Amino acid sequence: MRQFAHLFTQLDQTTKTNTKVSALASYFAEASDEDKLWTVAILSHRRPKRSVNTTYLREWGAEFAAVPLWLFEESYHVVGDLAETIALVLPEPEDSSNHSLTYWIQYIRGLKEREEEDRREAVFAAWGQLDKIERFIFNKLITGGFRMGVSQKLMVRALSQYTGIEENKLAHRLMGNWTPDDTTFEDLVLRKDPTEDISRPYPFYLAYPLEDEPETLGSPEDWLIERKWDGIRGQLIVREGELFVWSRGEELVTDKFPEYHPLAEMLPDGTVLDGEIMPYKDNEPLPFNKLQTRIGRKNVTKKVRENAPVVVIVYDLLEWQGEDIRERPMRERRALLEQLMADCDTDGILLLSESIDATDWQNLRDIRERSREHKSEGLMLKHQNSAYKSGRKRGEWWKWKVDPLVIDAVMIYAQRGHGRRANMFTDFTFAVWDGEDLVPFTKAYSGLTDKEFRQITAWVRKNTLERFGPVRSVKREHVFEIAFEGIQRSNRHKSGVALRFPRMSRWRHDKPKEEANTLEDLHQMLEQYES
Amino acid sequence: MPLLEFTDRGIYCSRADVYIDPWKPVDRALITHGHADHARWGHKKYLCTRLAKPVIRYRLGPSSIETVEYGEERLINGVRFSFHPAGHIIGSAQIRVEFKGEIWVASGDYKIEDDGLATAFEPVKCHTFITESTFGLPVYEWKPQEEVMTSINDWWRANKEAGKVSVLSSYALGKAQRVMHGLDPAIGPVLTHGAVENTNAILRKQGIVLPETKRVVQGMKKKDFEGAMVIAPPSATRSSWMKKFRPFSLGIASGWMTLRGARRRRNADRGFILSDHADWGGLNEAIRATECERVFVTHGYTDIFRRWLIEQGYEAFAESTEFEGEIAEDDDNKDENEDYQA
Repeated sequence: MRQFAHLFTQLDQTTKTNTKVSALASYFAEASDEDKLWTVAILSHRRPKRSVNTTYLREWGAEFAAVPLWLFEESYHVVGDLAETIALVLPEPEDSSNHSLTYWIQYIRGLKEREEEDRREAVFAAWGQLDKIERFIFNKLITGGFRMGVSQKLMVRALSQYTGIEENKLAHRLMGNWTPDDTTFEDLVLRKDPTEDISRPYPFYLAYPLEDEPETLGSPEDWLIERKWDGIRGQLIVREGELFVWSRGEELVTDKFPEYHPLAEMLPDGTVLDGEIMPYKDNEPLPFNKLQTRIGRKNVTKKVRENAPVVVIVYDLLEWQGEDIRERPMRERRALLEQLMADCDTDGILLLSESIDATDWQNLRDIRERSREHKSEGLMLKHQNSAYKSGRKRGEWWKWKVDPLVIDAVMIYAQRGHGRRANMFTDFTFAVWDGEDLVPFTKAYSGLTDKEFRQITAWVRKNTLERFGPVRSVKREHVFEIAFEGIQRSNRHKSGVALRFPRMSRWRHDKPKEEANTLEDLHQMLEQYES
Repeated sequence: MPLLEFTDRGIYCSRADVYIDPWKPVDRALITHGHADHARWGHKKYLCTRLAKPVIRYRLGPSSIETVEYGEERLINGVRFSFHPAGHIIGSAQIRVEFKGEIWVASGDYKIEDDGLATAFEPVKCHTFITESTFGLPVYEWKPQEEVMTSINDWWRANKEAGKVSVLSSYALGKAQRVMHGLDPAIGPVLTHGAVENTNAILRKQGIVLPETKRVVQGMKKKDFEGAMVIAPPSATRSSWMKKFRPFSLGIASGWMTLRGARRRRNADRGFILSDHADWGGLNEAIRATECERVFVTHGYTDIFRRWLIEQGYEAFAESTEFEGEIAEDDDNKDENEDYQA
């Protein structure tokens, strides 16, 4: 664990990519194969799952530190990270130890099997022999939320420096569905001809938002123009008679979507599709939150399926008859995709993404502006000659989203931020007028500049009316323009609405609070745009 | 009528008609120390310690400033005032107020550890204690100064070996001198930003012994920076002034560096946990040592700390003031905040 803690400290002490990579590479050179494998797993989103409920951890942390639970909770609120809070409040350890990272990971995984009282003793025993940074790492591993400020890409680069194997080869070897339990460092990373893992996806190609006027792109006829959907970007793979569904986070989610399973027989072997996993009913997309109920579930029951039926809106064809066709131009891939869709009956599971024909950009502007009527987020522009690249790239693929909806609202509550923003007020609640009353309808915590956050923080400190734990009610004075992407009916909120992606788009210094919008305005938006 | 009251101008003693660290102009102000949130412009008459005066005079320009020695008593309208070391920065004081046997202490900002420069904190027995709580949470626990200075010197040495200039962000008044005091001059030259060097000059003039430093001026060459430690205020470390030191490593010395998030937010290479405020243990120890029954908490985590004190058996209150130790670290744009201590 010392080596790993040292690595963690080094990574944490620099913002420079090269320094991070070389720290990681020298760690790989020193660590045991077991520890290396776990480090690769941790840095490729294969962290061990949470093994102790965080409520217990909070109670135990407070108990071990001998501070009242409420004070621990307040500290947690300021620090913004449970593992860090515990590491900070615990007294200095009485012992030290020299166990490996793998030892502690297995120790943590073993906690699951133990009785509660036993588990508490085991956690206390660990805390008693780890120093501050080791404790932090240990706690992070327990809560299952360990991040080290190193992307998978950088990890692969460091691994490449250490092994001398090309980065893209390594990236491919590390994809797929392995865990440190079913492989070794040797097998996974070093073996020249790794077992063909038929589930392996291609990296996703992502678009940047279009910032210039579309006229700068040349003729619309050179572009494939599609609607942009608000679902989960996914990749469907059919190889050797099996189906694999990957989400953009490189997560294998095949089990979450049983209605896609017949595709294994409907599509020819050697087919890989890029598309959007969408909740969809009666020829219409459903709101995104319908999908969230699905993702969070362990078992996808019949009821869940009926409540949120899903399709895939298919955008692109990446592998065709077992051949990687990503380098072929968009136009050609699209033609093959259309052919495939015409040839295969997928019983409505797959829908071909509509290609919008238009000859001038003005026409497309109008279409984009009416996107909400189609429950769409805007348009996607893909150059007809573009290859399917990997990662977010400028130039050939653009997203051209519809302008957000906006409403002017009065700030009524403020709360300190978390983590990076722990000593500023950054989380605010906003309200609109309902007659004489201000009805809260959304929270927002982004969109202002650092300078504005400091200004509002100073103001909140002087204009607090009441305090409810971490939340302060503030003088009703400031009006902010709140921008959001969608609006839905909600029974959980007093205002009766829920917003998608709300943020503060402008501080309306020019507007007195009386001129903020009303609940009626908000309900009119709901009628007009409910997604 | 209480001996001291919290008004919208500051902490007020109506019997003597004086204010302690007022934030709006008043006739007579008793000042705990020279940081901008405690010593403000526009009062008619100031009273502070002899050691605190030169910096306050420098900051405020010509004004009527009277001084006292630590422990010396002043009778104002029958109320007895005396200033006692707060250990925060050179000349900083807790102000003791006594009338007919009732004693209050307004402590301003304070720290318990003797830093070797500021006159060391002395507990003052009282009935009512007014405390800050900038770091009033159990997550804040300082290491001894010597240990922190060792890691700063190690960092400096490693940077030198890697061919990098070390730049340490510290407030111009207090922290900067404290750090200089603990640097190992054998490693290399200590350079200072003008704001720090101006403060140094004032302190040296009043007889405080500081290690040798050199002001960074235009026309200096790369060679002059080789292996150097540069002490600069936070605003300078965020400006293009830094370019000349490339390649450099940026460190920040502040109590906020306890939190990972605070350090990452500032994009520093290293955070050194060093504060001129009391940590959790220090606040509790200071309050215990006063043997007081009642505590007013002015700035910092006031509500949380108040609740904690109530649970410890004190009569405790949270008062809202305009002392701002709390947000110092993030306050980039207000120059007058530049030397707030965190």
